[in-house]
Amino acid sequence: MLSIKNLSAQIDGKQILNGINLEVKAGEVHAIMGPNGSGKSTLASVLAGREEFEVTGGEVEYLGKNLLELEPDERAREGVFLAFQYPVEIPGVSTINFMKTAVNQVREHRGQDPLDAVSFLGLMKEKMKLVEIDQSLLNRSLNEGFSGGEKKRNEIFQMAMLEPKLAILDETDSGLDIDALKIVANGVNKLRSKNNAIIVVTHYQRLLNYIVPDFVHVLYKGKIVKSGGKELALELEAKGYDWIKSEAEVV
Amino acid sequence: MSKDNQLLEELTSREYEHGWTSDIEMESAPKGLNEDIIRFISAKKNEPDWLLQWRLKAYRTWTTMAEPKWPNVTYPAINYQDIIYYAAPKQKAKPKSLEDVDPELLKTFEKLGISLTEQKRLTGVAVDAVLDSVSVATTFKEKLAELGIIFCSFSEAVREHPELVKKYLGSVVPMNDNYFAALNSAVFSDGSFCYIPKGVRCPMELSTYFRINAANTGQFERTLIVADEGSYVSYLEGCTAPQRDENQLHAAVVEIYAMKDAHVKYSTVQNWYPGDKEGKGGIYNFVTKRALCAGENSKVSWTQVETGSAITWKYPSCVLKGDNSSGEFYSVAVTNNYQQADTGTKMIHIGRNTKSRIVSKGISAGHSQNSYRGQVHVLKRAENARNFSQCDSLLMGNKCGAHTFPYIDVENNTARVEHEATTSKIGEDQIFYCLQRGIDEESAVALIVNGYAKEVLNQLPMEFAVEAQKLLALTLEGSVG
Ligand SMILES: Nc1ncnc2c1ncn2[C@@H]1O[C@H](COP(=O)(O)OP(=O)(O)OP(=O)(O)O)[C@@H](O)[C@H]1O
Ligand SMILES: [Mg+2]
Repeated sequence: MLSIKNLSAQIDGKQILNGINLEVKAGEVHAIMGPNGSGKSTLASVLAGREEFEVTGGEVEYLGKNLLELEPDERAREGVFLAFQYPVEIPGVSTINFMKTAVNQVREHRGQDPLDAVSFLGLMKEKMKLVEIDQSLLNRSLNEGFSGGEKKRNEIFQMAMLEPKLAILDETDSGLDIDALKIVANGVNKLRSKNNAIIVVTHYQRLLNYIVPDFVHVLYKGKIVKSGGKELALELEAKGYDWIKSEAEVV
Repeated sequence: MSKDNQLLEELTSREYEHGWTSDIEMESAPKGLNEDIIRFISAKKNEPDWLLQWRLKAYRTWTTMAEPKWPNVTYPAINYQDIIYYAAPKQKAKPKSLEDVDPELLKTFEKLGISLTEQKRLTGVAVDAVLDSVSVATTFKEKLAELGIIFCSFSEAVREHPELVKKYLGSVVPMNDNYFAALNSAVFSDGSFCYIPKGVRCPMELSTYFRINAANTGQFERTLIVADEGSYVSYLEGCTAPQRDENQLHAAVVEIYAMKDAHVKYSTVQNWYPGDKEGKGGIYNFVTKRALCAGENSKVSWTQVETGSAITWKYPSCVLKGDNSSGEFYSVAVTNNYQQADTGTKMIHIGRNTKSRIVSKGISAGHSQNSYRGQVHVLKRAENARNFSQCDSLLMGNKCGAHTFPYIDVENNTARVEHEATTSKIGEDQIFYCLQRGIDEESAVALIVNGYAKEVLNQLPMEFAVEAQKLLALTLEGSVG
């Protein structure tokens, strides 16, 4: 589904990604871990098409297409979803209104008719249940005055609404209390299928108890320096990053 | 929420969509302004002598006045002798009903989405349609008459209800109020008149639709609304003009007189031709709008969505004379390309316990200049006056300008006046967030801007809100990225 080869990117002349290689197949869940500032959010942004980052080398193939050639909104309509580490506030625009616009543009792209108000409401109710989010929150201005946890839950609600093929969750677990973490993870698990793939960026093994990954990768200084199964996350939890850092420096 | 989406889906046309002209046989006065032209206009309309004298007095006053220079706008000097002051569609006889109206004329309004055939789309809205200098048709007149409501063209009001016109004309905006009001008083050709009797709640929206069609013609219409004790009316005004290379002058006057316990809501969606991308052409919109809250507990709300015109000079105001009366001003003003807007309000607190509320949302894009100018004046006897003002500016790009000129003048120390102002830029982050959800850039801008202006748009009647949202989006198309 997603094939990243030797991807490098910079911002303001500062090199941040230094040759990333990653293969993600439909049905898989990949976890990306790594110390602060190692480039995890940058990788997510580059995949989503944020223009501030300049791709300086490498290729990304997504469902047989050259992902890097698509505009950010085209990528989204093709099924790439990013749950933001820091969701943005849009005053005066409710989540409902925002999602109605998004869902219908995605549908149009797929050659489907727009949803009428009744079917949209039906879809919304179904997805609200999935992430146990309250409608009163969705009536409010998007993310404005939301608590950290509410913002994250809202991101997963949007993911549920848009049914992406490739979802990238950037630290969706940070800011969630224990109960919310379970609910969100549960929601994500229900959205897992053999047709879609998920990349989870996280600092904590805890989330991976709920969303069990097929692979775990460690990003350090803009490179994937170690990959393994779900036990790698446990090892990191126990030992920290120092041993990986020194391993990486030696290489 | 469905209206938003409808808006986004309809976002297809790129340029000013009302820029066409209609081919209608016209009758007009020669260019230029002098007492003979005024006599000509008055004679064309078979006016009584008192009105002719009133016009002539206004004209003489005007010749002693100078064009105001304080607004934050620049434009080449206007040659007032190069303008046609009267143009009217030629019609054999005065139409008695819609069937008698020139089909070309009806088509003109159909094209604008304004149906004058009553059973159609705008059921629930009575329309007075004004093309160039004259009122073309007024709908739902009989139905309104059953309630004693008078809604007709200004000329008809002069003929049928001279006592009302004589009593209230100039009672809120005196003929010598300002340069453009004096000009309008001298040459106004038509407009709408509305009277709501005591205790009557007008059951439908009343609406005037203005269209400038003829070239080199100025439009000078006058609207007079009189709301008797305890009455209520919601009034809408819309306007468009063809795309022309030369500038055209529009100098209107709107007067609202609200008696005890009366409530008037006046909404405008102003969409005059703004000129092209280089700033060529467009309407000069110099308008005086004022309401007098004469009686106790009276209330007037102005809501305006200003998207058109090359230059806008307009300050819908409230004179709060009656005790406990209140005035509101909700405004969204969008400028793009080389448009200039200097707009705002005046709230004059005279009575006790008077309240006013100002919410102004400016949006500037391109090379445009957008100024808010507002005055809150609390007079000595206005015990316990309250004002709240909120003035926000949103900038798109870095070649445009936003300016705020609040004037606060308090002569009574029991007054409480609050003023808040913010300036922000439309965020790359916000746009990227929308893009990431599959929303294209134009729609993203429309969504963000409509969100920003929501508090004002919410004040508009539904029918108008949809149109206003579309207009905001259209005005700003191509201004990001
Ligand atoms: N706009 C920018 N300008 C300059 N440097 C930037 C910019 N954005 C990111 N960086 C830098 O790029 C590096 C990688 O940042 P990134 O956000 O990708 O890290 P991360 O792995 O997601 O970290 P965290 O775990 O703290 O979220 C950091 O050193 C950061 O300061
Ligand atoms: Mg990060």
